[in-house]
Amino acid sequence: MEFLLFLIRRILWSLLVLFGLSVVIFGIARGIPGDPARMALGPTASHEQVEDLREKMGLDRPLGEQYGLFLAGLAKGDLGRSLLTERSVNADIRDTFFATFELVLATVTLAFVFGTPLGMAAAYWKDRWPDNTIRLVALVSAVTPTFLVALLLQILAGYVLHILPTSGRMLPSISFTPDITGLMSVDGLLHGRFDVFGEALRHLLLPSVALASTAFGQITLTTRASMIDVSNQDYMEAGRAFGVPEWIRVSKYMLRPAFVPPLTILGLTFAALIGNAFVVEQIFAWPGMASYGIRTIMQKDLNAVMGVVMVSGVFYVMVNLAIDILVGIVDPRVRIRGGR
Amino acid sequence: MSEALLSVRDVSVEFTNYGIAAPVLRGVSLDVPAHTQVALVGESGSGKTVTMKAIMGLLRDPPARITAGQILYDGRDLLTMPPAERLKLRGTSMSMVFQDPMSSLNPVFTIADQLGTILKYADRRLGRGRSRRERMERVHEVLAQVRMRDPERVAASYPIMLSGGMRQRVLIAMALLSEPKLLIADEPGTALDVTTQAQILKLLKDLVTERGLALLMITHNLGVVRETSSYVYVMSRGQVVEHRPTADLFAAPREEYTRALIAAVPRLTGGMRLGTAEARP
Repeated sequence: MEFLLFLIRRILWSLLVLFGLSVVIFGIARGIPGDPARMALGPTASHEQVEDLREKMGLDRPLGEQYGLFLAGLAKGDLGRSLLTERSVNADIRDTFFATFELVLATVTLAFVFGTPLGMAAAYWKDRWPDNTIRLVALVSAVTPTFLVALLLQILAGYVLHILPTSGRMLPSISFTPDITGLMSVDGLLHGRFDVFGEALRHLLLPSVALASTAFGQITLTTRASMIDVSNQDYMEAGRAFGVPEWIRVSKYMLRPAFVPPLTILGLTFAALIGNAFVVEQIFAWPGMASYGIRTIMQKDLNAVMGVVMVSGVFYVMVNLAIDILVGIVDPRVRIRGGR
Repeated sequence: MSEALLSVRDVSVEFTNYGIAAPVLRGVSLDVPAHTQVALVGESGSGKTVTMKAIMGLLRDPPARITAGQILYDGRDLLTMPPAERLKLRGTSMSMVFQDPMSSLNPVFTIADQLGTILKYADRRLGRGRSRRERMERVHEVLAQVRMRDPERVAASYPIMLSGGMRQRVLIAMALLSEPKLLIADEPGTALDVTTQAQILKLLKDLVTERGLALLMITHNLGVVRETSSYVYVMSRGQVVEHRPTADLFAAPREEYTRALIAAVPRLTGGMRLGTAEARP
C-alpha cells in the first residue's frame, strides 16, 4: 500500500518535470535568434518563399497558440516534420533512438559490472595496494573527458592495433534490420544470426567503453565509500558480536544498504550520460538520436530539436523512475517516508 | 574467586597506530559471579568499552592486541581456547545488549529477518535443529518477553517504523534469543530520553533478576549503577581504581576520583556542587 502511494507520487512528479521541460524547450526554441525558415531555405530564397514557409510552420501565429499546437501534437505523439530530412520527426527518432538506447544500455551495464565489484574490492582492502590502484584508475577514469577517451580508444584499437571497428553499428557488407527490439545485438541473437550478434558487439565495444568511463569511475568510488561507511556501522559490529558468519554479514547485511548510493548516483549521472552520448556518437559515427540531435540543432530544425529533447527527457525521467523504484525496493526507508 | 562466571585477570591491551604502541588497558581484573549484577563505571576513554570488547572478542587486531592476562568464562580461558569454541559462546551463552538503538539495527531488513538470522547461526553453532517456523515462534516469544504488546507486528517491521524505546527493547530481545547466562550491557538507553531510559533499565533489571542472569553493566552514569548493580568497579585511565559493593561505594567512596564522579551526578533537589572528575595516573 505504502509502496503504491510512493509510486503514484513519483509518477506525478515525473509528469510535472516533463511539463516543465516542454515549457523550457519551447521557450528556448522560440527565443533564440535566427529564422528557421530562412535557414531551411538558404540565402537564395526569396522573401515570399520564406514568409510562405513561416506561415506553413505556424511561426506567424501568437506564441501561446504555437505552444498550444506543440502540446496538442505531443499529446497525440506527433512531433511534426523535420526541415532537415523532410520526413516526420517521429520516423527520424524511431530510426535513431534504438541505436542510442543500445549504446546507453551497454554503457550502464559495463559501468555496473566493473564498477561495483572493484568498489567492493577497494573497500575490502582499504588503504592497501589493491585499494590504491583501484582508486587511482577510477579517479582518472572519472575525470578524463569522454571525448578524449573516445579519441584515444579509436586511435589505439582502430588505427594502431586494427582489432576493432571504429565507426557505425554494423559492417556495411551485412544487411540486417533489427526489427524485434530495435537492438542490433539482441535481435541478431533472436534471429539466430550469430555473425550479426558478434559484429554488433564488436562495433558496440569502443563507443560504450568510452561512454562508460566517467560513470564507471563514479560508481567505483561511490561503491567503495558506501561499503566503508556501512562496515563502520554498529549493526555490522552487532552481527559480529552475535556470531553471524562473515560471508552472510558482507553479502547480505552490508551489500544491500551499501547499494543505495551507487544506484542513486547512476540516476544523477544519467543526464550527463545522454549529453556525452552526443560526443561519442559523433566520434564513432554512431547512427543514434544524439548525433541526429546535433545535426538538427546546427540547422535550427526546431521541430526535430524539440522532439529529440522531449524524447531524451522522457527517457531520462523513465530511467530515474525505474531507479527510484529499485531504490525503494532495496531500501524500505525510502518507500516508507516517500509514501507519506 | 574461581566460582565467578566471568573472571577477567590482569588483562592488558595496547593499540598500535602508525607504529607506536599505546597501552589502553593496564592489568584490568574484575569478577562477575553467576546471578549477580556488576557495574563497570568510568568516564569516556577510561577503557571500559575496550574491556567489554576484549571480553566479547570484538577487538580488531591490528590495531588492538591483548598483551597479557586471562579472561575466564565458566573456568575456561577465552583467550587460549580454539576460535570455534569461543564462537560457540559468543552471542549465545555470553550475549550483549548494544548501546545505540538508532544504529545497531540494519535499516533495510525487518526485525524478524535480523533476529531470525542471528538465531539460525546460533542454532547451527550449537548443533540445535530448528525449523524456520520454530525460529519465528522463538523470535515472537522473546519480543513478548521484552514487553512488546504486539510481537508479530514488531517482528514484521523495519527499524524505522519503531520508536527509539522499542528499538532498544528489540536489542535486548536480540541478546536474550539464545538464553544467555551472562549479559553484557553497553550503556543501554544513553541515546534515549531520560524517561524511556529509566523504563529500559527497569525492564533490563527485571529480566535479569527473573531469569537469574549475570549482568555486567558498562556505564558512565553512577545513577544507572545505583539502580542496576550490587557491585561496582570504577575504572580510570585503563585501570580499575576501586571496587566495592554499590552501597558501600556511595556511602564512603575511598578514591578521590570516585568522589568526584559521585559529585558529578546531577541532582534534582538541593544545590549542586560542580567539580571535575580528574583522573590521576
